[in-house]
Amino acid sequence: MKQLPVAGKLITVLFTAAFLVACSGSDTKEEDEAAAAAASAAAARQAQEAAAAEAAAKQKALDDAAAAVGSVFYFDFDSYNLRPDAIDALNAHIAALQGNERTVRLEGHTDERGTREYNMALGERRANAVRDFMVANGIASYRIETVSYGEERPVAYGSGESNWVQNRRVELK
Amino acid sequence: MKRLTAFALTLMLMAASLAARAELTIEITQGVDNPTPIAVVPFAWQGAGSSPTDIASVVDGDLNRSGQFAPVGRADMLGLPSTEAEIFYRDWRAINTEYLVIGRVSVAGEMRIEYELFDVLRQTRVHGGVVTGPVNEARMLAHQVSDAVYEKLTGIPGAFATRMLYVSVTRVPGGNDYYRLTLADSDGARPIVLLESREPVLAPSWSPDGRQIAYVSFESSRPAIYRQELATGRREQLTSFKGLNGSPAWSPDGNTMAMVLSKDGSPDIYLMNLASKRLTRITNHYAIDTEPTWMPDGKSLLFTSDRGGRPQIYRYDLRSGNTERVTFEGTYNARARVAQDGRNMVLVHQRDGSFHIALLDLVTNRLHVLTSTQLDESPSIAPNGSMVLYATKYAEQGILAAVSVDGGVKFRLPAREGDVREPAWSPYMRR
Repeated sequence: MKQLPVAGKLITVLFTAAFLVACSGSDTKEEDEAAAAAASAAAARQAQEAAAAEAAAKQKALDDAAAAVGSVFYFDFDSYNLRPDAIDALNAHIAALQGNERTVRLEGHTDERGTREYNMALGERRANAVRDFMVANGIASYRIETVSYGEERPVAYGSGESNWVQNRRVELK
Repeated sequence: MKRLTAFALTLMLMAASLAARAELTIEITQGVDNPTPIAVVPFAWQGAGSSPTDIASVVDGDLNRSGQFAPVGRADMLGLPSTEAEIFYRDWRAINTEYLVIGRVSVAGEMRIEYELFDVLRQTRVHGGVVTGPVNEARMLAHQVSDAVYEKLTGIPGAFATRMLYVSVTRVPGGNDYYRLTLADSDGARPIVLLESREPVLAPSWSPDGRQIAYVSFESSRPAIYRQELATGRREQLTSFKGLNGSPAWSPDGNTMAMVLSKDGSPDIYLMNLASKRLTRITNHYAIDTEPTWMPDGKSLLFTSDRGGRPQIYRYDLRSGNTERVTFEGTYNARARVAQDGRNMVLVHQRDGSFHIALLDLVTNRLHVLTSTQLDESPSIAPNGSMVLYATKYAEQGILAAVSVDGGVKFRLPAREGDVREPAWSPYMRR
């Protein structure tokens, strides 16, 4: 809290004194009304706090559910179509993003096969496919940043399908 | 701009100490059937102490790497002539040598190399010349000798006195990898790290005069195209649009840069006027259009597009604005580069599930697969059109390799550590 300057403090004191003088003549009815208003304000505050706690608990449950499904969505070779397992996982993330203004970054990746710049474009298509699905399900596009890393950032370094399958992905961050 | 310069400089200084580890070696895996035996005699040093650089061994290495010559080992030489008067032709005939290179090296401010080429069978002097330059460029001077000898004997200008760029990656388990952009001589010697980053660096390319380079760096956590002056290290960010910023390719006149941007939706090819920075979009298709490269006459561009369902090479004519498909054989043809003759095009071609380097003759339309390894990519053709540098995987390591355009000569350039990729062979260096 910012400190009031001396002149401000003085004005505050004067106003308080004037208010007390004005109120000194009030009757009991007004006092009752004031008490009732205070009580209802307290109740409203309590209800608000309870609602906030409930919302926080609900958000935590949604976040936990989203965390449980993971934030990596996998793709088939040379494809940028969302797989059913990716859609289920994405729905959990979309639920956790409703009712708040959090932003996300979607990073598209490919396996090592094919040329680097073509894969850069393929990685972008994958990130865009995830973004488009999120936007279609109510997440505003300005909350979503996409970037493609192509084949530059593999998770699994070796060759062969067992490694490649792990690298064809979009990561939500 | 000033800040960027300082940043690039810091990176360069930091990187200098790492240069030695980044050095490539050369293993020749396939040469022509009957390589020409040639003896490169150690050049006579006409100064105090010993020669700072073994010029003859650099020339010897160049000719050997071409695959067309079989250099004679020094231990087999029966004499070490450095002037015509000292040559005993029978000594060289005795060990089946067909050609002989001798020379003399002196330093008076600059280094001066005199060299002479002799035909052993005809017992005649075929060629001779002098190259001069700074002492610290001794290896480059030696490569110039190789270029002259090579041209005299094959009729094709040599491309040894050139350089290359490549990207190497050192894996850091559990953390971000180290990406380095390196400049080296065409034989892998004298590597200088130009940029080091924890974020990907890719698509290095040369300005036509060999004085500037362009590349894509993710150092801002997004892709951006930079151009950098080699002599000063000064660099400039050209683009950092939303989406892709990739494949920078200088036009042959040096005034325009082709690139890939996806700022307007799907990846398309754009041209940037390097003076005004004005952009012109030249493809407009919902498919992926990427990997632009210029035809040597600057009148058209080749690019990769999957507008037909699978990646194929297309040609865009700048004057008419027409686009025509160039490749038809196979289901994956990408990242074309064209030789200076405008006829030989090298590209990545998929066959039986493997990615190979192939050559398409643009006159006969015949496709020749040049390599037999599985994950070959990023072909870059020598300025004389003779060899193709490319990246491949060998023993689970990313390495550079080279193949001659007729497929007859092959060599590898393994690195001591890390994965090496995306070679870019320089144009002829203007002197």
